[in-house]
Amino acid sequence: MSEKLLEIKNERLSFFTPAGEVKALNDVSFSMDQGDVLGIVGESGSGKSVTAYSIMGLTADPGRVVGGEIHFNGHRIDQLKEKELRKIRGNEVSIIFQDPMTSLNPVYTIGNQICEVLLLHTKCTKQQAREKAIELLTLVGINEPERRMKQYPHEFSGGMRQRIMIAIALACEPKLLIADEPTTALDVTIQAQILELMVSLKKKIGMSIIMITHDLGIVSSICEKIAVMYAGKIVEYGTIDDIFYHTAHEYTKGLLNSIPKLTEKEHEKLVPIEGSPVDMLNPPAGCPFAPRCKSCMKVCLEKMPEYTHLSDTHYSACWLLQKKELEKQQEDTQIG
Amino acid sequence: MGKYIIKRVLYAVLTLAVVITLTFFLMYLIPGGPFLSEKAPSAATTAALKAKYGLDQPVIVQFKNYVVNMLGGDLGPSLKQRGRYVSDIIAAKFPVSAKVGGMSVVVALVLGIPLGSIAALKRGKWTDKIITFFSTFGIAVPSFVMSTILVIIFSISLKLLPTYGLNTASSYIMPVAALSFYPIAYIARLMRSSMLDVLGQDYMRTARAKGLSTFKQLFKHAMRNAILPVVTYLGPMIAYTLTGSFVVEKIFTIPGLGKEFISSIVNRDYPMIMGTTIFLAALIIAMNVAVDIIYKLVDPRIKLQ
Amino acid sequence: MNNMNDKKPNPLTLQLDVSAFVPATQEEKENLVVMRDSVSFWKDGFRRLKKNKMAMTSLIIIIVVLILAFIVPSFYPYDYKTQIRGSENLAPMEYSDTELKSMEAGVSVFPHFLGTDSLGRDMSVRIMMGSRISLLVGIVASAIICLIGSLYGAIAGYFGGRLDQVMMRIVDMIYTVPDLIIIILLTTTLKYPLKSLAESNKAFAWINVVGVGLICIFIVFALLYWVGMARIIRSQILSLKEQEYVTAAKALGSGSGRIITKHLLKNCMGMIIVTTTLQIPSAIFTESFLSFIGLGVSAPMPSLGSLADTALDGISSYPYRLLAPAIMISLIILSFNLLGDGLRDAFDPKLKK
Repeated sequence: MSEKLLEIKNERLSFFTPAGEVKALNDVSFSMDQGDVLGIVGESGSGKSVTAYSIMGLTADPGRVVGGEIHFNGHRIDQLKEKELRKIRGNEVSIIFQDPMTSLNPVYTIGNQICEVLLLHTKCTKQQAREKAIELLTLVGINEPERRMKQYPHEFSGGMRQRIMIAIALACEPKLLIADEPTTALDVTIQAQILELMVSLKKKIGMSIIMITHDLGIVSSICEKIAVMYAGKIVEYGTIDDIFYHTAHEYTKGLLNSIPKLTEKEHEKLVPIEGSPVDMLNPPAGCPFAPRCKSCMKVCLEKMPEYTHLSDTHYSACWLLQKKELEKQQEDTQIG
Repeated sequence: MGKYIIKRVLYAVLTLAVVITLTFFLMYLIPGGPFLSEKAPSAATTAALKAKYGLDQPVIVQFKNYVVNMLGGDLGPSLKQRGRYVSDIIAAKFPVSAKVGGMSVVVALVLGIPLGSIAALKRGKWTDKIITFFSTFGIAVPSFVMSTILVIIFSISLKLLPTYGLNTASSYIMPVAALSFYPIAYIARLMRSSMLDVLGQDYMRTARAKGLSTFKQLFKHAMRNAILPVVTYLGPMIAYTLTGSFVVEKIFTIPGLGKEFISSIVNRDYPMIMGTTIFLAALIIAMNVAVDIIYKLVDPRIKLQ
Repeated sequence: MNNMNDKKPNPLTLQLDVSAFVPATQEEKENLVVMRDSVSFWKDGFRRLKKNKMAMTSLIIIIVVLILAFIVPSFYPYDYKTQIRGSENLAPMEYSDTELKSMEAGVSVFPHFLGTDSLGRDMSVRIMMGSRISLLVGIVASAIICLIGSLYGAIAGYFGGRLDQVMMRIVDMIYTVPDLIIIILLTTTLKYPLKSLAESNKAFAWINVVGVGLICIFIVFALLYWVGMARIIRSQILSLKEQEYVTAAKALGSGSGRIITKHLLKNCMGMIIVTTTLQIPSAIFTESFLSFIGLGVSAPMPSLGSLADTALDGISSYPYRLLAPAIMISLIILSFNLLGDGLRDAFDPKLKK
């Protein structure tokens, strides 16, 4: 019986700003098993990074979890004290950030920064930490690790810095690695290398990965399950197959449509999703995607849609789906 | 790195040379020149002056003589203090100023850095508001205003502290306080904005994500970065302390170089003015070079350029 | 909220209003979309400045001081240099015997709000005149710095290359020179040629009125103090000159002078205003410092610094004589600093809240 690695139930998170309460996460629920690779997809402001940070208790200051539960490895962690959370950070859950250029401290050597996390969470000596750091650097593909240990972050390129970040994140062999848009700031070729690295490391160490991105291409190449977020809610969740071939939600459909395809004819226009994102200070009572949805119905503007289960692995929050299910049920009751 | 040091020192020497030249030739705008403007104290002094500087020779030659003498440590005789040499007076008075000035610098750093950091950490709360208020207030109040207010409160009204001299330990309190008030305020402000900047950086988020304690995050990661602008301020701070000492020594009657300088201006002791100007300028320029070099050593991003 | 792993029949089946499943109209959708209006740079900045209470309070204080310094002395009953016999060393609001006698005789005597000094001159009007001098110095000096500094920095930044290198080397050297010491030097020495110039040539007679000290201060500011402004403007220009409208202007055939003044400097205007505002208090500080050590204005013209200096001797008996100019200087410097800070916060787009 595999216990779920991560379980988030009805999480609500708000940022209490001078302008008001920004409801960043509005009832988010999902779970992960050991070894899963989950992709969280959405546009800027959808709440994907916020969800990930909340797992580690890294929510930025005016923000607080205002409802729900977060369970990691069998323990409830959303109400843990800072001291307890620190034991988990960098140790059982690690995170790598979007911009490798600024994520490393410029005044310390990279060797220092890798050893730091080893000395913090494991009972090793300085010498052992140094050796492990060299091992890690080799693992992530940095040549001449002994020499490079003593160098400073500004002496490395963006791709290499991201590898160093990965080395730091993996140093204590975490059960879960959260990658927050790790390749957005990098060249496409480097992007491919980093993704490959992550997949091979996953196989070696057997950890789970949450990949946060707005790029469906990345998601399709390494993720097994996908959660699509919009305005602080998961609007669709499923396996790669479900999402790409049995797309249910209008937003997901819009995302897939907007990707330029090689097979398109020359003069065909790109298809964006019309409209602008939701104002999270005053989120609407109904479905947040309603104003931009071409299938929008009156009920969509008034009430938040329920989740419709399309299969064991696939569900989505949309009134259209509810309507279809309603109709199907009516048919069933009529026939049966 | 070595190249940088040489370049920097060269510039400093060049600047100093310009200052010395400027000082000397400006002195000749005074009718009669610096050495003979007032009636010379005695025939013996006049003769000595003539011999040393060749006062009947063209100005350029006098300048050369002056510089040559200066490099040998001789800045000429004081016109007002019979029988004393400028260099001797400087050597006697400077240590006093250095003591008070040095203490002010230390106090400014010891108080300013923590205050600024605390204000940054407690941003928006009352602690921050109070510290920011006092530091804004502190940079507006000139040192002589501060000194006088302190004297009025502590010496006259409350009769707690002595007004003049440096005889007792308590007599150091007010001059050092008056002199360090502005730097404390400035450093606190500088530290606060620098710290706020650093705290918002991504690498601080990385440090937190690693599971480091708040203490380690602050003192290992944040401080080391935030303190860099303060290092840059060290040069101007020393210059400020030196010039601020003129006023503070005057008010508190401290027998330092600043007071001597002011007196020599009032008394028109031109060799003294000239010599002190050059000495102080050289000191400030040297300190600036030293601070620049220290900064380059401390920030690894610049090390290898 | 459903437990997503269950597959019970939807309990809401009977609760939904089927008519609500009709497609929504475009209008209904648009009502939910809220867009922010766009505001112009200046309007936006001033709006933010008005919200800053400290800055607005400082502005009001500055205006009050300006009125006191420039307007009030013209119709104040006392003059800054008139020595009233018999009224020496009066405390604030105190009347001399002569004055008391006049009052009994029915003549109204305007009170000395801040008393008089040792020569019987009314302190209130002297403080006001002193503020006028300090403010004049501050504003004129800052204007000089602004002009020289921004032009120098703009030229260096725009043309770049060797010209920029040389110009910046000069700036570096001037920066290293300890300015206060040079001012002291210059004020001590320039006195003489300026004095003889004033005496020999009628056209320069105003030199004596304004005071040699003040002129030296202006000269030194023009020579040394503009370097900070030059550096700031140069770095602004460096980042602005890569923008497309500059390339467009060049393509249209605009000369460098036109590009610099019309396009680049105009876009730096915010920075220029802020830096100049913040320069004023340090100019006032320098002037009062110099006057305090005896090198500024010449008697009988008062400066806040020289008033503080003369009051120093009588500090135990007449502390208010020292407090008044001291508080005034601090108030002026503080207000300009706060206003400058407020302006910077209001016009710096990066700090947008």
